[in-house]
Amino acid sequence: MRLEVLKTYKIYIGGKFPRTESGRYYKLKVANKTIANVCQCSRKDFREAVVVARKAQEGWNEKSAFNRSQILYRIAEILEGRKTQFIEEMQLMGISKSVAEKEVVFSVDRLVYFAGWCDKYQQVFSGVNPVASSHFNFSVNEPMGVIVSFAPESSPLLGLVSVIAAQISGGNSSVVLASEKYPLTAITFAEVLNSSDVPGGVVNILTGFRKELVEHFSTHMDVNAIVYCGTDKKEIELIQKNAATNMKRVSIYADKEVLADEFENPYEILKLQEVKTTWHPIEKIGGASPSY
Amino acid sequence: MSKKTKDKNWNYSPAPESSSSATIEKRYNLFINGKWVKPSNGKYFKTINPANESVLSEVAEANEKDVDIAVKAARKAYDKTWSKISAKERAKYIYRIARMIQERAREFAVIESMDGGKPIRESRDVDVPLAANHFFYYAGWADKLEYAFPMRKPKAYGVAGQIIPWNFPLLMAAWKIAPALATGNTVVLKPAETTPLTALKLAEIIQEAELPDGVVNIITGAGKTGAAIVNHPDIDKIAFTGSTNVGKIIQQAIAGTNKKATLELGGKAANIIFEDAPIDQAVEGIINGIYFNQGHVCCAGSRLFVQESVYDEVIRKLKWRMKSLIVGDPMDKNTDIGAINSSEQLKTIEKYIAIGKKDGNQIFQSECFLPKKGFWCKPTLFENVAQSDRIAQEEIFGPVLAVQTFRTVDEVIAKANNTPFGLSAGVWTDKGSKIFNVTSKMKAGVVWANTYNKFDPTSPFGGFKESGYGREGGLHGLSAYLKFD
Amino acid sequence: MKSKNKIRPNFSLSKRVDQVGVIERTDRFKTRSIKTESKVEDLKTVLSMIDLTTLEGADTENKVRQLCTKAMHLHENYSDLPTVAAVCVYPTLVKVAKESLKGSGVKVASVATAFPAGQSTLEVKIADTKYAVDNGADEIDMVISRGKFHEGEYNFVFDEIATIKEACGKARLKVILETGELGTFDAVRRVSDIAMYAGADFIKTSTGKISPAATMPVVLCMLEAIRDYYFETGRMVGMKPAGGISTAKSALHYLVMVKEVMGEDWLNNHWFRFGASRLANDVLMQLVKQKTGNYQSSDYFSID
Repeated sequence: MRLEVLKTYKIYIGGKFPRTESGRYYKLKVANKTIANVCQCSRKDFREAVVVARKAQEGWNEKSAFNRSQILYRIAEILEGRKTQFIEEMQLMGISKSVAEKEVVFSVDRLVYFAGWCDKYQQVFSGVNPVASSHFNFSVNEPMGVIVSFAPESSPLLGLVSVIAAQISGGNSSVVLASEKYPLTAITFAEVLNSSDVPGGVVNILTGFRKELVEHFSTHMDVNAIVYCGTDKKEIELIQKNAATNMKRVSIYADKEVLADEFENPYEILKLQEVKTTWHPIEKIGGASPSY
Repeated sequence: MSKKTKDKNWNYSPAPESSSSATIEKRYNLFINGKWVKPSNGKYFKTINPANESVLSEVAEANEKDVDIAVKAARKAYDKTWSKISAKERAKYIYRIARMIQERAREFAVIESMDGGKPIRESRDVDVPLAANHFFYYAGWADKLEYAFPMRKPKAYGVAGQIIPWNFPLLMAAWKIAPALATGNTVVLKPAETTPLTALKLAEIIQEAELPDGVVNIITGAGKTGAAIVNHPDIDKIAFTGSTNVGKIIQQAIAGTNKKATLELGGKAANIIFEDAPIDQAVEGIINGIYFNQGHVCCAGSRLFVQESVYDEVIRKLKWRMKSLIVGDPMDKNTDIGAINSSEQLKTIEKYIAIGKKDGNQIFQSECFLPKKGFWCKPTLFENVAQSDRIAQEEIFGPVLAVQTFRTVDEVIAKANNTPFGLSAGVWTDKGSKIFNVTSKMKAGVVWANTYNKFDPTSPFGGFKESGYGREGGLHGLSAYLKFD
Repeated sequence: MKSKNKIRPNFSLSKRVDQVGVIERTDRFKTRSIKTESKVEDLKTVLSMIDLTTLEGADTENKVRQLCTKAMHLHENYSDLPTVAAVCVYPTLVKVAKESLKGSGVKVASVATAFPAGQSTLEVKIADTKYAVDNGADEIDMVISRGKFHEGEYNFVFDEIATIKEACGKARLKVILETGELGTFDAVRRVSDIAMYAGADFIKTSTGKISPAATMPVVLCMLEAIRDYYFETGRMVGMKPAGGISTAKSALHYLVMVKEVMGEDWLNNHWFRFGASRLANDVLMQLVKQKTGNYQSSDYFSID
């Protein structure tokens, strides 16, 4: 009998797979059996992730919308190709095969859905404002910047993918804490991202304890918005309070909202966009017009 | 014929706007449930004319109990009437208010200038017409909300608590009330304690317009009253315009509740002049950017960046232009810069001017005669300012300009964005591709290219970063007052 | 030619102008309120700045004599009035005007250079100018070759102005841009620069034959050019809006603009003129109204 080679699950920061700087880990147990040692990320890992996310965001946003769309579609393609791996991994974490299958195909479809929006939401939701003075005035959506998120705890893949897709399709960069209970597929998804032309730093995936990181996620001064999936009232209140330190934008979701089909709508992208309005004079000269 | 027929110093004669068209009561009560009611603690506070420190009126101070009565009235109005009547009818009420403001425009302008110190030219030509236009614009939205948000079903929140600042008292009331009503919410609004009068006048119009009782309640008071609104458990939505500090306190106060908020907070906008700008108009834009409304403007262009190759020309013209600014009686039609809103604000501004001097920045103030009574500040600029200077970092909210230089596009973009604020920015260049580059890189909610400090009901206004969140104006302003199933 | 020695900047680099900003600025001048006490003085100043003008094909010697009388005696019922600054006529009528105005201090200005189209040869234009000067013209109002400007022949336009300036001798030269044919404020700015560097003593908006003639925005644009030229060279250049200013109220708006843009130095008839035929009477009506308190009828004001 051949001895199986076990996989080491590390974290994903700046397009690389480092271990947590803290050296800490937690044992992921299924039916009292340890199936993996998972990185227990620290405040410093988070800080590192925000630094690279900030660096990557501008370049990501400056890519053409069409190009971002292709990259998101590429993620879907690669994920589709590795379906079996994800299903097996989920089963390893104690999820039934039928649920696991759904989780993966829905994730692929969700990526395709948001890939399509990349070069469309701007068109649908930007506009010219008919101001009364002689000015051309238009409002467009711009990404907020660096978004940090707590992915739905109850979902091994679809929740994480949904959160990330909505964020990066709009030109943001992401730092996401994976589900504590289902971290393995999150890290494997990072491998998908890493082979899908997503520039390093655009998506960063951490594993560890929400309780430990919620304070740091919500107080970091270089984070523009925070997305929280869950229903813990204390955590929500803490996030909303802490967000005031630098006026982070806060979005709160129940897990089921992120997992539902209804999540597939462009307003999820818009929630993480700022509206910028630009004015410019319109010269109105006819050679002989009375207003000359 | 003499060579020079006119050589004497030519000044305009005083041209005071008559205050006879305005009626100010000696005392104002709280406007709750369509009626004027006395404050429960019987307390009143004085509101003065900052241009001469004379008392204009005294207004009621609402405490928690009064706030509760007002919120209950708003809730009842929402449940019983406002959410029941058709959107079409709602629109007509708002149109009616718009028209009535237009009819009484002069009275509003006069009172606005008396109570707040802003020049009558501005209250007459900017504040009041824009306020009326805002009601007009949003009135039309009331029965068209479904078209604003494709594939969604918009619904009103219920009761909106609104707290507004003293720099554009009537206009801010309009910015808050008009979209709230159009979207079907009812309102409890508190004007700033130094400028309550035009909001109370607006209450008169709301009464006259026969808006159902309790749909709009206007209560007066200071910070405590505002806090009572923020903390009232039956408020669904807080809309606040004011300082970043207070905005943060509000966000913390409503954390863990179901209350929604939009916050329009401070700013420290960069106004960037490139060497290929239309310089004379840019100078005008600088003036309009920082000295409009005594600099009491959250989106004021308080950080001026001038490309080094045109620095001398710009500064020379700017100083020359500053000399032609007329500072004085807000009621004089020729006045460009009126009184500072309050002695407290004047102290803040003076503190920053002292800091600017102490930090070794070169100060220039236009020579002008300042009245003895009242609160006044000369138009001021500081040269040789660095990003590290406090006057370049903190919001002064007065007629004080911090001037810096730059060499390249990338340098100025970096400097302009190097601030926790992100409300607005200005860019001046005749080159189209540069405009699109710079405006798209500004981390700011409103960017004026080759113009500055323009406002319109159709144009969304609001900030990035610590300048707050949410937009007011335009289609975007509706979503601040709607929830979606 | 002397013009070869003049400083000649690259006029295609003339400063850019934002039209909307210019209009916003002039709208603000219009909101300035001038009340009774300063108004009387200001209205008299306006009168003293007028170039009383007749430029008709039908002009006769008698018509010009009548106009000159008006120029010297604006309104006999009102004492202490200034005269206008000048009378402006065609070259053939300069002589009559000069005689009629003798000793009054009122200048004689003459249009020249194939006014109003300017479509003629340089020789004809020089002769036209010299004829007017020889007959006693104190000031020459020339037109530029707009066609050449549009062709981009800035040197041609420059040289022509410089040549006419030479031909003027001691007479002051006003250069008419005919802004209504220029199309943009950028062009107005550019021609202003060309004219000043070529030696213009005044720049002037219009011939009065093309609409639009003088407007506040276009004059602001020219004033800013004058100010920049002054900053650059230290030489003052005068400004003359012409055509379209017919009311006292609008004339006062122009004074406000001159004061706020240029300062007091330009606020006299050596440096600022109104080219107008109807303006004087409206100003007079306002003056009499200020004095008597009654609104006036045009029947009481002579229409020479």
